[in-house]
Amino acid sequence: MHRFANPTRFMRLSAALLPWTAGAALALIAAGLYLGLFGSPADYQQGESVRIMYVHVPSAWMAMFCYTFMAGASAVGLIWKHPLADLAAKATAPVGACFTLLALITGSLWGKPMWGTWWEWDARMTSVLVLFFLYLGYIALINAFDDPTRGLKAAAILALVGFANVPIIKFSVDWWNTLHQPASVFKAGGPSIDPSMLAPLLLMGVGFTVYFLWVLMLRLRTEIVAAKVRALRLRQVRSGAPATPSGATPLGAKG
Amino acid sequence: MDRFLSLVGRDLHLAQRHGFDSLLVVVFFIIAVVLFPFGVGPEPNILARIAAGVIWVAALLASMLSLERLFQTDYEDGSLELLLLAPLPLELVVLAKVAAHWLTTGLPLIVAAPLLAVLLNMNGAGFAVLVAALALGTPTLSLVGAVGAGLVLGSRRGGVLLSLLVLPLFIPVLVFGVGAVDGAIGGFAFRSPLLILGGMLLAALALCPWASGAALRQALG
Repeated sequence: MHRFANPTRFMRLSAALLPWTAGAALALIAAGLYLGLFGSPADYQQGESVRIMYVHVPSAWMAMFCYTFMAGASAVGLIWKHPLADLAAKATAPVGACFTLLALITGSLWGKPMWGTWWEWDARMTSVLVLFFLYLGYIALINAFDDPTRGLKAAAILALVGFANVPIIKFSVDWWNTLHQPASVFKAGGPSIDPSMLAPLLLMGVGFTVYFLWVLMLRLRTEIVAAKVRALRLRQVRSGAPATPSGATPLGAKG
Repeated sequence: MDRFLSLVGRDLHLAQRHGFDSLLVVVFFIIAVVLFPFGVGPEPNILARIAAGVIWVAALLASMLSLERLFQTDYEDGSLELLLLAPLPLELVVLAKVAAHWLTTGLPLIVAAPLLAVLLNMNGAGFAVLVAALALGTPTLSLVGAVGAGLVLGSRRGGVLLSLLVLPLFIPVLVFGVGAVDGAIGGFAFRSPLLILGGMLLAALALCPWASGAALRQALG
């Protein structure tokens, strides 16, 4: 793991991988969308609106996956002081929040014709909404400090506390109210979905995951460059040279 | 143990010397609940139906409101750094401060709650359970809130940020707190929600001082 702690090595590796992940993500999502929109039958009960599921379900998976990844990266950052793990957690948060929002919006669009309502205070929807708030809190905490490393550490602790709380929230709202159907892909006895519908679903799932890797690498590269720029500016200020022409001197930042 | 108690005593003493500013939290609690009859109308049946939920939500907001002060003054005047160096483990320091905080803000809420339940025309069967649920739930809120209070130390806009961090984590307490009271009023079993509230309190007691201690260390480090 510490092989990849070296930002220079990461930059080299990610530069090589970026085009491949980008291509794979676009190809998988395009194939999944084609199969989902044209290559699969309409549901006998849900009609054409079942096609929303090919975006909704993978987004919901990614919402959970991103939070798990974020908590894992935060733990690695806190325990081993891995410099890239903290940044990876930070870079994941907005992507995860977007997937969560996408799951909520597509679910709402599907709910209007199916359940007859945009929003239902159902257990699954409520816990995803709370997950969205957890993402927002995390992003807000990272950006709330003048010293960026301070925000990273605080947010890492928050991600872990939130991760411990997610199952509790999930079960509490399950008790509280439920309408959403139970899982139908990952369950004992194999998936209960027809292969013609499962194929686009899984293609989209893998496509979203590769897309996440692509965006994560892109964001991490940006973070590393931003950190370098910050370090250079600080050095410039310390050495007494005139401030950068943009006037954005990091006076508030501590060493 | 002596050190723990003396820290609790110090915080209580400070609260008393400040003329029990923290009691303002109770005033907020009462005003927030009193707003509801104006909002939803004074119809007794509706008020009785929503009484448990309204009291719990107001208690949640009230205890969140007071959290910002939990470590803030000690952080600003530097005594938090001395407490970090003290022989008492930081986790116990957190626990002592949370205990004092709960005694000055949580306990008054519990005392005020039955009065508000009368105002909202709540069914008499729910009173004892409401008090019991609040007694089990509000310490959990203080403990979870201590993590958030440690995390936002030294940030810009600590108070608003704190609410965003802490309120989502408060939801399970709210669900089971209201569940217990509504169960008692409706004649259902209220024992299991109360037991779950107790379980959450024990879990928070074990885990939150630890997380809050980590938050304080990185705030001071």
